[in-house]
Amino acid sequence: MQGSIDTAQSTINIAQEGAASHHEEHPDHRMFGILVFLCAESMLFMGLFIAYITFRLVAVEWPPAGTPELEILLPGINSLILISSSFVIHKADTAVKKNDIAGVRTWFGVTALMGAIFLLGQGYEYANLEFGLRDNLFASTFYVLTGFHGMHVFVGLLLMVAVLWRARNPEHYSSESHFGIEAVELYWHFVDVIWIILFILLYLW
Amino acid sequence: MNIPSSIVTLLVGIFVTLASLWYGQNHGLMPVAASAEAELVDGLFNTMMTIGFGLFLLVEGALVVAAVRFRRKEGDMGDGEHLEGNIPLEIVWTAIPAVVVLGISIYSFDIYTRMGGLDLMNHNMAPAEASSSVQVAYAPGEGDMPLMTNAANATAEVPAILVADATAGMGAIPGTAVGSLLSIDVKGLQYAFIFSYPNGIIDGELHIPVSQPVELNLGAQDVLHAFWLPEFRIKQDMIPGQDTRLVFTAIREGTYPVVCAELCGPYHGGMRTQIIVESPEEYQTWVDSRLTAMAAGDRTIANLPKAPADRSELEYLNNFVEPMQLAIAPESLAELQTHHTDYSPADYPHAEHHSLEMGS
Amino acid sequence: MTVTTAAKTPASDVPMLLGNERKWTDYFTFCTDHKVIGIQYLVTAFFFYLVGGSLATVMRTELATPAPDIVTPDVYNGLLTLHGTVMLFLWIVPAGAGLANYLIPLMIGARDMAFPRLNAIAFWMIPPSGLLLIGSFFFEPPTAGWTSYPPLSLTTGMLGEGIWIMSILIGGTASILGGLNFLVTILKMRVPSMSLTDMPLFCWAMIATSLLILISTPVLAGALILLAFDLFAGTAFFNPTGGGNPVVYQHMFWFYSHPAVYIFVLPLFGAISEVVSVHARKPIFGYRAIAYSSIVISFLGLIVWAHHMFTSGTPPWLRMFFMITTMVIAVPTGIKVFGWVATLWRGKIAFTSAMLFAMGFIALFLIGGISGVMLAAVPFDIHVHDTYFVVAHFHYVLFGASVFGVFMAVYHWFPKMTGHMINEFWGRVHFALTFVGMNLTFMPMHELGLMGMNRRIALYDPQFTDLNVLATIGSYIMAVSTIPFLINAAWSWRYGPKAPANPWRALTMEWRTLSPPHIENFEELPVLTTGPYDYGLGYIAEEDPAELYEHAVPAPVAG
Ligand code: HEA
Ligand code: HEA
Ligand code: CUA
Ligand SMILES: [Cu+2]
Repeated sequence: MQGSIDTAQSTINIAQEGAASHHEEHPDHRMFGILVFLCAESMLFMGLFIAYITFRLVAVEWPPAGTPELEILLPGINSLILISSSFVIHKADTAVKKNDIAGVRTWFGVTALMGAIFLLGQGYEYANLEFGLRDNLFASTFYVLTGFHGMHVFVGLLLMVAVLWRARNPEHYSSESHFGIEAVELYWHFVDVIWIILFILLYLW
Repeated sequence: MNIPSSIVTLLVGIFVTLASLWYGQNHGLMPVAASAEAELVDGLFNTMMTIGFGLFLLVEGALVVAAVRFRRKEGDMGDGEHLEGNIPLEIVWTAIPAVVVLGISIYSFDIYTRMGGLDLMNHNMAPAEASSSVQVAYAPGEGDMPLMTNAANATAEVPAILVADATAGMGAIPGTAVGSLLSIDVKGLQYAFIFSYPNGIIDGELHIPVSQPVELNLGAQDVLHAFWLPEFRIKQDMIPGQDTRLVFTAIREGTYPVVCAELCGPYHGGMRTQIIVESPEEYQTWVDSRLTAMAAGDRTIANLPKAPADRSELEYLNNFVEPMQLAIAPESLAELQTHHTDYSPADYPHAEHHSLEMGS
Repeated sequence: MTVTTAAKTPASDVPMLLGNERKWTDYFTFCTDHKVIGIQYLVTAFFFYLVGGSLATVMRTELATPAPDIVTPDVYNGLLTLHGTVMLFLWIVPAGAGLANYLIPLMIGARDMAFPRLNAIAFWMIPPSGLLLIGSFFFEPPTAGWTSYPPLSLTTGMLGEGIWIMSILIGGTASILGGLNFLVTILKMRVPSMSLTDMPLFCWAMIATSLLILISTPVLAGALILLAFDLFAGTAFFNPTGGGNPVVYQHMFWFYSHPAVYIFVLPLFGAISEVVSVHARKPIFGYRAIAYSSIVISFLGLIVWAHHMFTSGTPPWLRMFFMITTMVIAVPTGIKVFGWVATLWRGKIAFTSAMLFAMGFIALFLIGGISGVMLAAVPFDIHVHDTYFVVAHFHYVLFGASVFGVFMAVYHWFPKMTGHMINEFWGRVHFALTFVGMNLTFMPMHELGLMGMNRRIALYDPQFTDLNVLATIGSYIMAVSTIPFLINAAWSWRYGPKAPANPWRALTMEWRTLSPPHIENFEELPVLTTGPYDYGLGYIAEEDPAELYEHAVPAPVAG
């Protein structure tokens, strides 16, 4: 451990005495990093989507005989909630740019709540579905895709809680420094877009 | 010596061309060509060897010459020439490979078409029957597994998710009278091939008549296998739940190996048998002898070796130095055969005198 | 030892230090310095190379005779699966990542990677993933080959297959995090005076590699997750008995694993572009062509995957599409190969070990590339698919290019990394043995495959014995060849003569700092004075410029 601590210290040291630009640039890299990461993450979903599409296209009958119709109403409402939460979280971003930390807390709280409702709705849907994970290929892909997406929603919730926790300290975020907020917002938009594709593929197509 | 460099280049060019032309014809790397398809593939391979060998000589030659001629002298601390590139030269060496690969692509495409690769007509298989389950003597690991005919495979055991008629593989050489194909079902299972002939014969070896297009309908019982005939240059994976198909024409009598070319378990290496290409008369004799035996109630296929598990490795190995035999229990076959009892000598495919007016 | 602590120490009666030596214990810590991480990657990878090579040696011993007599066929399949997996995911990928980690910041004049902590996390995922995989050998190894095709992989034993999936998921995550770091670092952290076309070609190659990693690795993860569901939860995505489609797995697997072959080789393409130029003292021939061809290769690499599936029942018109795209890759690759040869031509070639390995690299890659183009021709591939011809092809590109490339890079950058010169004589011995052993092992495999020997078999038709014996002898020579290298590297690291800052008088930036570099890479941010390959224009780089030592720092009081 010794070595790493030393290095961290001297980084700061040099950054302060030397070219100050080194430090300022950093937040930019992080947002860029998140963006690149989300591109990679979307390839994961892309792979699963393409698998689903292929399964579907080569099948003689889809969904396989005996699969009950999917209920559209509840998931539809659920989707609307998730999609609108993307607009809500953007409010937090606008707020922080005006140094309105209370606004950040509110909007993040609301978004987190909407996300939680989405998850509960999904749980309710799972509980009432008439097919199980192993019933047929459609059922398996349905659960894996929605489950995997749900996991991402859950991670998003955790991230929001973390931001809220940090925002207890009114100094933590400011109009200059709010990487956490922007990153979570971007992530949340990503989760939303994935859901839209997923909803179209699984429920509407 | 001061031979002008253009002459040196010319000489090198001539040498490389001659050497690769010679090598392309005389590499001796392919086994005998026993099918019409094999001759086409060998033509392609020889061409690619010619080009490949030429490229090999040129680039490796340039490396060796550079290594010899442009060594750094002892104590020379200077730099080489400042040569950052040469656009015309770069265009040339982009264009030449582009043209070469385009040429190979077109040639391959042509060969592929002539082998019937694009010609995958939807071949209607026998109407689905109820699954005819039979027990295989050994299927290591999983215990006994039901053995199904291909047609039953698509409908019964396996839910109809996969499209049964999305047949892949190689079609007939265009021009072949398709209706006259001798059509044989092949089932791959750990670790054997089972051949079901149209007239109810079931065997562990593939007998076919020479100079007559043969169609193989490939299916797999448990895991992926691949059906490979090295001397015929054809191969096709056998996929559980999805039938594939190969059509080819043998042009040489003889006995050649049949090899499984897809990892299918520990004894993948032992999953071999043989294909026996005979004159139509010999083939007929074989069919007759099999039919008589079956009519007399003999339902064994051939002698039945024990499973590899309870034999020493060497014994097992001998098994495919000698002709490979099939490891299937008599009762299993008996059951399989009940579905084919309605044969009569008139059904023998070749008895109808196939027209051999294929394009080749 | 660092700037911070040093500032508090009275400067007078303590010896002067350069502030560049690392304690050996640092290499066993969660250190965020990219140089430490780079070396950690390289050493770990090399350990796994020895493991993978030992497995290969056992396999070759088994294959010396047609009968499965040394090991049972079951064990053989375990060896083969682990050999393939270890060599690819634990040797070549981490070795490339190690070079990238060490070199990128130095080459672009940055103090560290963009995300140092993420970088360390990525590295520390490799050892557990590798040990898990190797450990499985002692319980129940995975036996379905490195491709792990279902349904076979679903029937060979849950434990082994589960470990295989776990270990690749971990390794894949590490690789994605690494790629992310490389890309952001190269794009965002160059010294201000360096435009993209002033970058060393290694950085270009790493941009291409990172893009491939980021685009394709997640798809593999998707495939493995579905496979894991089939294995543990009893779903049937890929299991025909439940209505699944095993071919979909193959598509997803190769969508990663074909680009992966360029993930293996592109970093070394980058490295060789540095090495030939420096050791022939000539500018790289066609900088832009070589730089852009990396990007073209990575784009084309994404649309050729089904050439591994020509016999899997791919529809005919798709086979034709994939055949043509595959062949087209020969064009950008050819641009590179010709560029390297032209760089050597009329240069002043020094036969250092690095240069020898570079020439071996080109020579062997050419052979593997030509056999690759042959494989792309569908009618021919139908014959040789899953035979030893393919095994020969990929060892020529993997061993001949990637492994020779790593050795080349190690000989070239060893002085920079360790501060000591490596022994050249033993380097040449290493080269000669490896080159001979390599060709003896893998050349006969072409003929074996064409004549009818399929791959992944523990027992084979006795007609193939002679060529197999030859291959086995070759593999023993290769095994022996690693010994001089091991001893040489270990000995030189400790006792080799002190390396000057720039022993090869190269122009890229990593040579413009001490050997090994300062903890912070550069005393002050370097300014570009020449392009990376401006040989022959009169800039002669000094071996050991005195000004590098001006800022020597007094050592801290014992601590
Ligand atoms: C570093 C790894 C690496 C690299 C770089 C390559 C490079 C190439 N590979 Fe290879 N390949 C593998 C690793 C690699 N491969 C592996 C591991 C497998 C087997 C996987 C498994 O099944 O387990 C495999 C299998 C494989 C197959 C499937 C074989 C089969 O299973 O049936 C095919 C088929 O098309 C193929 C083609 C190619 C081609 C066209 C290239 C091209 O990129 C090569 C291009 C280079 C050149 C051509 C040489 C230089 C060019 C010139 C000098 C210009 C002039 C040349 C011409 C005009 C020809 N490879
Ligand atoms: C980078 C990748 C890489 C490398 C470097 C190698 C290196 C070698 N490979 Fe491998 N190989 C693969 C990747 C690689 N391979 C892959 C992907 C497969 C396919 C797997 C599959 O089908 O699923 C394969 C398959 C494969 C096969 C085919 C197996 C089969 O299909 O049945 C064979 C057979 O000969 C083989 C041999 C060798 C040999 C002899 C070496 C040699 O070059 C190895 C040389 C190195 C050493 C010999 C190190 C020796 C060191 C010691 C002996 C000292 C030990 C000391 C300590 C541990 C302290 N390999
Ligand atoms: Cu069946 Cu290999
Ligand atoms: Cu490939």
